[in-house]
Amino acid sequence: MTRRTRVALKVGVWAGGLAPLLLLGYRAWTDDLGANPISVITNTLGDWTLRILLASLAMTPFRIVFGLSWPIALRRLLGLFAFAYVCLHFSVWIVLDFFFDWPRMGADIVKRPYITLGMLALLSLIPLAATSTTGMIRRLGARTWTRLHRLAYVAAVCAVLHYLWLAKVGVTDPYWYAGALLVLLGIRVVDWSRRVIRRRAAAVAASSAPLRS
Amino acid sequence: MLIRRAPRFTASEITDPKLYLSRRELMAGAAALALVPGGGEAAAPKGEPLAAKRNPAFSLSEAATKIDHATTYNNFYEFGVNKDDPSRLAHTLRPRPWSVQVDGLVHKPKTFDIDELIKLFPLEERVYSLRCVEAWSMVVPWIGFPLAPLLKRVEPAGQAKFVEFTTLLDSNQFPAQKPGFFGFSSLDWPYVEGLRLDEALHPLTLLTVGMYGQVLPNQNGAPVRVVVPWKYGFKSAKSIVRIRLVTEQPKTSWEKAASQEYGFYSNVNPAVSHPRWSQADERRIGEFRRRPTLPFNGYADQVASLYTGMDLKKFY
Repeated sequence: MTRRTRVALKVGVWAGGLAPLLLLGYRAWTDDLGANPISVITNTLGDWTLRILLASLAMTPFRIVFGLSWPIALRRLLGLFAFAYVCLHFSVWIVLDFFFDWPRMGADIVKRPYITLGMLALLSLIPLAATSTTGMIRRLGARTWTRLHRLAYVAAVCAVLHYLWLAKVGVTDPYWYAGALLVLLGIRVVDWSRRVIRRRAAAVAASSAPLRS
Repeated sequence: MLIRRAPRFTASEITDPKLYLSRRELMAGAAALALVPGGGEAAAPKGEPLAAKRNPAFSLSEAATKIDHATTYNNFYEFGVNKDDPSRLAHTLRPRPWSVQVDGLVHKPKTFDIDELIKLFPLEERVYSLRCVEAWSMVVPWIGFPLAPLLKRVEPAGQAKFVEFTTLLDSNQFPAQKPGFFGFSSLDWPYVEGLRLDEALHPLTLLTVGMYGQVLPNQNGAPVRVVVPWKYGFKSAKSIVRIRLVTEQPKTSWEKAASQEYGFYSNVNPAVSHPRWSQADERRIGEFRRRPTLPFNGYADQVASLYTGMDLKKFY
């Protein structure tokens, strides 16, 4: 991939990542958020957190299925956008929804499983954002860093469950997100098991090789 | 190469009579609109005015919710599960002609034409607070008359203990009654709600045909609904076609869908949480901060006696 393509792709991600936020801001500015603006803002930010998080988790399957390597270059940026959106989502909950009513929010985190799961998703994204720099990768070592960043799966699973659990009867959107996550994780599982089988076959071939000489 | 000889027209090209009839209605409506000064502008849709005297015994000191909010932020699953589905799709409902069957365990069952029903008793305006089970609320000036005199007119039999309300079942008028993906449906149609007979006879229970000085908009349950202000909003059945008096407690649509979340009584109660969220407070539409939710939505002095000796945590 040339430098120019990479820059173009990143500009695309920036534009795509900022667009929902700008649109939301514009709708708020023009008083176009309807009767319950706080709920619209919270839900929109939540939706986009989940979409971007799933997009970041789609980059590896892209490589596995289509043999493309360039999507990996966008993964970090997408992950950071997801983190930005979840921070906004959480801030809106604190400031607009409950207006710093800490005891009330604390009780909800403990008592309401969907809020507990949302908190877990947020918490598991914090170390990922904190170690997203190239310097941190070097300091942690590629191996530890990769292991740590498997927390992204925890975050995605918690986020999808958070949505499934909070949605009322008849709302089907969370099932589509759950389906998408299952596909993305499924592709990884299939790829991983194929690699294990290949490695075992190679090991068997290697151990039987001397007998033939 | 495949050569397909198409018929001159297919069955699907023949216009369904219902469709062109509704087109005529639409054109008639457009023509009527053109006669209204400024009617062509994209202003907030103004309903047909409906005169009613305000009953000062049922008023609130608070300002009514903006009509635009009360008519665009609705839960009416027959149109869809999103808040804006009812106002977007409301035009599919045809509130005339309409009849309401009042029967079951009564001595004089009768089917009323809606225009006859509206004239049975004097209409009055009452300002009620409406508390949704989703922890938001509104203040709405409704127009109607108490349900009690209507029920008394059909003469309930001694065995009648409950009143069951049924909403219209017609997927041509209520698009979300059509099954979706994989035959998925949000609720079991038709929508059924119920009240205990003494609740239905309570003077607060209002048979409602208008709001904000207008004929009830389709998205708010035209042409006729009930309003039971001390219960969560879903207890107030909309677009009613049948009112049936029964002995057994009716099995309501929401109980069938999720009985652990939506009980038969569903009295507004800050002390009993919904399994997934607290009911201790609510957001009044148009306000920023949440406000505490009142027992029986502020109508405790009038209705609490209906439930003396009952464990309201058990009968949620």
